[in-house]
Parts: sequence; structure tokens; C-alpha cells
Amino acid sequence: MSGRSRLQVLRWVVLALAAAFFLVPLLAMLDFSTRTPTGGRSGEDWAALLDSPPLVRAILASVQLAALTAVAVIALLLPTMLLVTLRLPWARRTVELLCLLPLAVPAIVVVVGIAPVYAWVTYLLGGSSLTLVFAYVVLALPFAHRALDAGLRSIDVLTLVEAARSLGARWPTVLLRVLLPNLRGAVLSAAFLTVALVLGEFTFASLLSYDTLPVAINAVGKRDAGVSVAASLASLLVAFVLLLALSLLPGPGERARRRGRLRPSPTFRSPR
Amino acid sequence: MTATRPAPPEPATAATAAGVEVRLEGLVRRFGDVLALDDLDLALRPGELVALLGPSGCGKTTALRALAGLERLDAGRVVVGGRDLARVPAHRRDMGMVFQAYSLLPHLDALDNVAFGLRLRGVAAGERRRRAMEALDLVGLAAQADRYASQLSGGQQQRVALARALAIEPQVLLLDEPLSALDAKVRAQLREEIRRIQTEVGTTTLLVTHDQEEALAVADRVGVMRAGRIEQLDAPEAVYRRPTTAFVAEFVGQVNRVPCMVAGGAAHLLGARQPVLGEAADGPGTALLRPEDVLLSAPGAGGAAGVPAVVASSSFLGPTSRVTVALADGASLVVQLPTADAAGLAPGAAVAVGVRAVPVLVRQPADG
Repeated sequence: MSGRSRLQVLRWVVLALAAAFFLVPLLAMLDFSTRTPTGGRSGEDWAALLDSPPLVRAILASVQLAALTAVAVIALLLPTMLLVTLRLPWARRTVELLCLLPLAVPAIVVVVGIAPVYAWVTYLLGGSSLTLVFAYVVLALPFAHRALDAGLRSIDVLTLVEAARSLGARWPTVLLRVLLPNLRGAVLSAAFLTVALVLGEFTFASLLSYDTLPVAINAVGKRDAGVSVAASLASLLVAFVLLLALSLLPGPGERARRRGRLRPSPTFRSPR
Repeated sequence: MTATRPAPPEPATAATAAGVEVRLEGLVRRFGDVLALDDLDLALRPGELVALLGPSGCGKTTALRALAGLERLDAGRVVVGGRDLARVPAHRRDMGMVFQAYSLLPHLDALDNVAFGLRLRGVAAGERRRRAMEALDLVGLAAQADRYASQLSGGQQQRVALARALAIEPQVLLLDEPLSALDAKVRAQLREEIRRIQTEVGTTTLLVTHDQEEALAVADRVGVMRAGRIEQLDAPEAVYRRPTTAFVAEFVGQVNRVPCMVAGGAAHLLGARQPVLGEAADGPGTALLRPEDVLLSAPGAGGAAGVPAVVASSSFLGPTSRVTVALADGASLVVQLPTADAAGLAPGAAVAVGVRAVPVLVRQPADG
């Protein structure tokens, strides 16, 4: 066997092992949630998911929270980081440090500190679980910062901005038509990470007594293990579908290709 | 003017054929303790290409960016076509700019890049496309209209950037070291192209460069900058042949420093009597002599007796050769001469050194 094909085999082995590592627990969950005590198969636990209004409410709340947090954290962080890149380069380290801080402080410590603040949030804005957005924006900062920072480093922001300005672009145009299209990947991965984080966050929601999906799954699990496992698997699938949908949004290059603007290279075109 | 190319295409920017006058008046810009622009004055005539030349940190890029509106000024006025631009932001200054760094928008193909400025100006799609194609044609890249920046070479990217800057039919074209990221051959080629296109469209142009060859080859006038001011603003030939200060002489081209004695408006050096450029007081000084103005002949040959010297080294540069000779007093001189004339000048050969009869710039102790 040549070195090359041996490498191929090794690759497949590693891939298979990794796939097994991730898939076996999921399959076990599927098996467990569809098994009846007598050994047969039943979709009862899955049906119970939709029959349980608190669970449905929690799923909706979590999805809304995830979307809202992703939008909020990007709306907050992207303009800030652009400002730092273009005008305040000396503040770069400070902003980076501030954004990484939530990662360094354990969640439980943050919750203890944030609880009195949330008494006021509840007083002012009501008890909707959507108010968790404020806490989640802070939690998502380190991940969103990393993703956006990588994107900003991959393009020459200053030159692109100045080129666009000299061509007559106002600031909003620069942001929407020049920077956003070129930071699309970074913005999307910041959104991915935030969504994944919010859909799985338990500590804050539980200790601040909000009914999000993880909290509801935990509550259900105390009564009915089958439904709880079905809900866990469902939430994983929801997150997976969401992330897949985000990553499949067409980029500018793909859009151009679909419009038929990308003609074959002139080298292969017959002379006019 | 366009004789270098058969049947040049109709200029994409014929509407701007009459360039505007540009005046920079008393520009001052401070970065902390550094005075980047020190009361800089510069006027560009309509349709003219002026090159600002200087070492890095002399303020040339700051001056260009101030004109573009990308740099705040501490004092001074920017007047374009009689209009003071103090309160006009960069995006409304109507200036086409080519940057040192590659600046094409990565998510757009070449055509859309060129059309970007037209789109912002609300030009209809068909017209936009036609004008963008014309501009691409002008830089010879019409066939690459559907390529993205990542599919173009550095030289092609800068050409597209030039087309993009010209497509908006700007009042003023600003070139910020547009060739410095390119390799020597492409640089020389694109230099010619920039000159041809600028002559064709007639847009008043400011070029910033640290490459003296580029400035001399392309510009109508060259402004040599030092420490935030313009030391000399003159035609390329004048800057080279008749520098007004020692800094200009030394920055633009090479010079030999030769001790001399000034008397009655003439400098005595190397056994010859040379007219002095500008003014010089009687007394000792240092003459600044170009390598090509030093003449070598066989010792004892007829004519004006030269100063005896010995060849120390010789290097072959293609059409010309550079020879270093040592004088009897230990001083050395660099001589540049056609390679054909440098045949017998091996190290150790005895030669006589003379000076071509050209005016020389003399630096005197009082000049500092």
C-alpha cells in the first residue's frame, strides 16, 4: 500500500471515530426516547413534546432569545470594533480584554452579581424571559469578538473604507455595501456561536428563574425521562437546522454567479 | 501625445478634459510632536501631473490625504477649482484615488468595482456598465471585467483601481505610491501607462512617491519634500540638473562631494573652473557633482590636464558602468559612464579625472 493510500485510510478511520463519538450518544437518545417499557417502539415521548404547552413556550422563548441576542451582540460589537480599528487603535487591547472577561469569570459568579440588577430589569421591563438578552449579550461577547476580530484582520479595513469614501460613499453605505459583504463570514460565525451558546445556556436562566428550553428540559426530565431526552435531541436538531440555514445563505459571489454574471473566463471564449 | 499606441480608444473621461486648478495653502498638520506638514504651499495647474517626492516621513502622503479629505488639518486651505474644500467631507470631494495597498472591493468583480462610484452617483445601470467598460478598456483590462481581485495580478489590480478612480470623472486624480507594491518591470510599464492615460484624460493629478525615477519619468513638475515642506518644485530636468539645495541634489540622483574654492562666482575643483549654480560667497566649500559629470581620460592625454587618480573598483550596470576612483589625497569619486567607455578601467589603472563643463551646486559652511 502506498503512503498516499495509507493516509487516505487513516483519514477515514479518524473521521469514522469522530463521527461515532458524536453520533452514538445521539442515536442512543433517539433509541431511548422511542422505546416503550415492553421493548416496542413508540413516538409517544415525541408527541408529548408538542402536547406540553410549557415546553413549546420554552422552545419559542429560547429561539427568540437566540435570534435577539445574536442581533444585539453584533449590532453592539461590529460598530465598536470598526471604530476601534479605524479611529482608536490604541483601545484595541482594552476592548479585547473587556470582551474576554465574561469567559474568565465563572457563570455562577456572574449570576450572583447580576441577580440584583435583574430585580430592576424585571421591575422596569416585566418578567418576560426575553429580558435575558442583556445577560446573554455579555456572555456571547468573547465568542462574537473572536469571530469578528478574525474577519477584521483578514481584510484591509482602512484602505477599503478610504477607497469607498473617495468614490463617494457615505458612512452608512461604507458599512452596508463595503464592509458587511466582506465581513459576511465573520458576522455569520459570530451569529452561529451566539445562537449555539444561547440555546444551551442553563445556569443564568435557571438561577434567575426564567423558563428557557434547557430549564424546561431539566424540569421535564425530573418527571419523565423519555420526554426530556426527546426534548434534548429536538433542541440539538433545532440548533443544527438553524446553523445550517444560516450557513447556506447565499454570499455575494454566489449571488453574482446565480445572476449569470460570472461568464466563463475570456481565455476560453471564441473571438468576437 | 498618444503616439506610443496605435489608435487610442476614445477617452472614457472626455468630459473632464479641462482639468481644474488645485491650491494647497499653508497646510499644517501635527502628529504629537511631529510636524508632518509645516506650512506647505503647493499649486497644481489645470491638467498638470505633479509628483511629490521625498524620503518616508517627509509629509508627502499626508499632503495628498489632506487634499483627499482623509486627513484633518491643523491649519491651511485646500482650494480646488476656486472652491474652498474646508467643510467638504471626503466622500463629496470628487477625487479619484489610487492607493499603495490593493484596494479593490473583494466581493465585487472588476467591472462592479469600476462601476461602484458611478452607482453611488445614481448613474443608471446600462450607462454605468458602458462607462465602466470604457474605463477598463482605457487601462487595457476590458477582457478581465468579470474577474475578482483575487483572480488578478498586483499590476492588474492597480490598473482596475486606476480605472475605478477615473470612471467617476474626478476633478482631481490622486495617486498614493500606486506602484510601490509591484515588481520593477511591471512598475516601469505601468508608469508609462499612467502617464499616457493622464495625458489623455487631462485630469489634474497629484502623485506621491519615494521613487525618484518614477517622479522624474512621469511628472510635469516634481516637488521635492523634506520635513513637511517643499524644498524645490520644478520640471524634472531642472530638479535634477539645477537643484537649489544640497538636499535636493542628494535625494534626486547621486552626488560626489568635492572640496572646492569659490572665487568670483566660479568654483575651482579638480583642476577646473566651473560656474556656480545659484549664489555662493567667495571662500571654501563643497561642490556637489553628479557621477556622470565626472570625466575620465587616459593620463597624459592631450587637452585640459586632469587630476591623476587610480581606479578602485568598477561595476557593470548594463548600458552604463559605475567606476570608483581614488584621488591622490585619499578622497574617492563615483563616476558613471557608458559601458563602452569603461572598457580599460580595471582596478589599479591610472586615469586622469576631469569635470564636464556644467554649473555645480556649492555647499558652504554657512549653509549648515
